[in-house]
Amino acid sequence: MSAITPAQSPKSPLQKLRSATGSRRIYMHTLLIGVAVVMLYPLLWMLSSSFKPDTEIFTHPGLIPNALRPENYSEGWSGSGNSFSLYITNSLIVTIGAVIGNVISCSLAAYAFARFEFRGKKIWFGLMLGTLMLPTQAVLIPQYTIFYNLTWINTYLPLIVPKFLATDAFFIFLMVQFIRSIPRELDQAAMMDGANPLQIYWKIILPLMKPALITTTIFTFIWTYDDFLHQLVYLQQNDKFTVPLGLTLFMDQTSGSSYGAMFAMSTLALLPTLICFLVFQKRLVEGLATSGMKG
Amino acid sequence: MTTAKTDEVVKEPPVPATPSDQRERDRMRRRLARRRGGGWWPYAFLAPWFIGLFGLTIYPMLDSLYLSFTDFDLLTPPQWTGTENYERMFTQDPVFWDSVHATLVYVVVSVPLKLALALGVAMLLNRDLKGIGLYRAAFYLPSLLGGAVAIAIVWRQVFGGDGLFNDFLAWFGIKGQDWISSPDTALYTLVLLAVWQFGTPMVIFLAGLKQLPKDVYEAAAIDGASPVTRFFKITLPLLTPIVFFNVVLQIIDAFKTFTPAFVISNGSGGPLNSTMLYSLYLYKKGFTDLQMGYASALAWVLFLVIAGFTAVNFIASRYWVHYDD
Repeated sequence: MSAITPAQSPKSPLQKLRSATGSRRIYMHTLLIGVAVVMLYPLLWMLSSSFKPDTEIFTHPGLIPNALRPENYSEGWSGSGNSFSLYITNSLIVTIGAVIGNVISCSLAAYAFARFEFRGKKIWFGLMLGTLMLPTQAVLIPQYTIFYNLTWINTYLPLIVPKFLATDAFFIFLMVQFIRSIPRELDQAAMMDGANPLQIYWKIILPLMKPALITTTIFTFIWTYDDFLHQLVYLQQNDKFTVPLGLTLFMDQTSGSSYGAMFAMSTLALLPTLICFLVFQKRLVEGLATSGMKG
Repeated sequence: MTTAKTDEVVKEPPVPATPSDQRERDRMRRRLARRRGGGWWPYAFLAPWFIGLFGLTIYPMLDSLYLSFTDFDLLTPPQWTGTENYERMFTQDPVFWDSVHATLVYVVVSVPLKLALALGVAMLLNRDLKGIGLYRAAFYLPSLLGGAVAIAIVWRQVFGGDGLFNDFLAWFGIKGQDWISSPDTALYTLVLLAVWQFGTPMVIFLAGLKQLPKDVYEAAAIDGASPVTRFFKITLPLLTPIVFFNVVLQIIDAFKTFTPAFVISNGSGGPLNSTMLYSLYLYKKGFTDLQMGYASALAWVLFLVIAGFTAVNFIASRYWVHYDD
C-alpha cells in the first residue's frame, strides 16, 4: 500500500463533516460561546455581587459594580457568631480524613477484586456494584442510630470512619478498572522474587495506580466538602460546623440584611472546588469519562 | 479492558490415595489454591470493605426494615406497631403525597431534559475546533459545583422576585414574578438547576462519541445519509449502552436530591410543599420530628422505588440497548 501523507491526501468525507470551515466554524463558536455564557453567568453574577453594596445587588444587575465594597468579605468572614476560619478548619479535618480513608480502603478492596480469585468473588463484586446504586437515604436513619449509640453525634467520626471502610463503591470500581490495565506480568515477576501480596500491592500496584489515586483524592475532596446532608445530620453545635453548614447559618441569620457578605462567603466557599477544578480539570473529566465507558 | 485469565483448571493426578500420597496431594492442592486465590489474602485486603458492607449497609438496611414497623423516637426503645407507618403514609399523610408528586415531577422533567442537553452539547463538542477544551470545562464546571450549598444560595437569589432571571426577562418586556415563592414555579427552579448541571452526563457521552467507529460514518456520508439519518441510524444505536448508563445514574441521582430543595425553601419544602422532595421529607420526619420509625418506612419505600425504577430500566434495556457482541 502506498503511503499517503496527510497533506497530500484529499479530505475524507468524514473529515469534511467534522472540520467545518469558514462561516460554519464562526457559527459553531458563536453557539458554544452563547451556551458557555449562560452556563457561567450565575457564577459571575455571584462573584460580582460579592463586591457590591447591598443596595446595588438587586437594583443594578450588571456584572461591573458601580462601587466596590470589599468589606463584604471581612464582614462575612467574622460572620455570625463564629469566624469563617473555624468552618474552613472543620471542613479541612473532615475532608482530609475522608480522602485518606478512601484512598487506603478502596485501593485495598480494588486490589483484591482485580487480582485474586476467591470463593464468591462474583457475588461480592455484584454486591459492591449494588451499593453503588443504593441511595444514602435508605441507610441514613439506622446509621444515625448506630453512631448515636456510639455517642459519635456532633463529632467528625461519622463523616470520616465510614470512608475507612470503603463505603464509596464508586472509587473501588474506578480502581478495579485501573488495576486491570496494569500488566499482570509485573505482579508475577515480583511473586517469583518472593514478594507477598502486601508487598506487591505496596511496591507495584500503588505506585502504578497513582493517576487513579489522584482522581479519587480530588473527587473525594470535592464531594465530601460539598456533602451537606450528612454534615447537617451529624454536626449539631455551631463550633463543629463545616463550611456548608456555616453558610446556611449565615443565610438564616442575615436574611434580608446583608446579601453582599453572604455572596462573599458563598464565593469563598466555592473557591477550594474551583481551584481543584482549574488544576485537575483534565484528570476530573477523564476519571468521569472512564467510569461511563464500562457501562 | 479485558482481564488476563491466568488461572487454568487444575487437573488432579489420578493416583490411588495412600495416606502419605493424600497428604502430599492436599499440600499440592493447597499450594495451587494459594497461588490462584491467595488463600486468605483477598479477605485481608477486603476486610475494611466487609466491615463496611455488613456494618454500614446490610445491617442498617435490616435494622431500618425493623424500625419501619415501629414507633421510634431515638430516645426511648422502639415500639412495635406493625404496618401502621405504611398505612399512615399511604392513607393519612397528604404531605407524603405532596412529596411523591414533587419528586416524580422533578425526576420526570429534569432527567430527560438534562440528558438531551448533555447529548446535544456533547455532539457539538465532538469535532475539531479551537478551544474545545475550554468549552468542555465551562460546561462541566456547574456540575462539579452542583451539590454545593453556595450554588443553591445563588440560585435562590437568581430566581427571587428582584433576581437576575427577572432582569433577563425584562429585556424581552416580560414582567417576572417571585419564582421561588410561587408554588406553581418553585419546583421548576429546582428542575432548571438540575438541567444546568448537565456536565457529568455530557462528559460521559463525549467519551462514548469519541469511540464510535469512523469508517461507518464515512461510508454513510458517501452513501449520502443526511446528518439526521446518521444521528438516528448510527450515533444513537451505537451509543445506547452509554445512554442507558446515564439514564440509570441520573434517575437515581434525581431521586436523592436534597441540598437545593433544603436551601431554596429554607428547610421547609415550601411554598405549599411544592419543593418537598422526598429526601427532604424523609430528613424532616427523621431528624426534625424525631419520627425515626416513620422515616425508616419512608426510606424503605424510597429504596424500593429506586430499585424498581432501576430494575425496569435494566429489563427495558434488553429491547433498546445494543452491545457490540
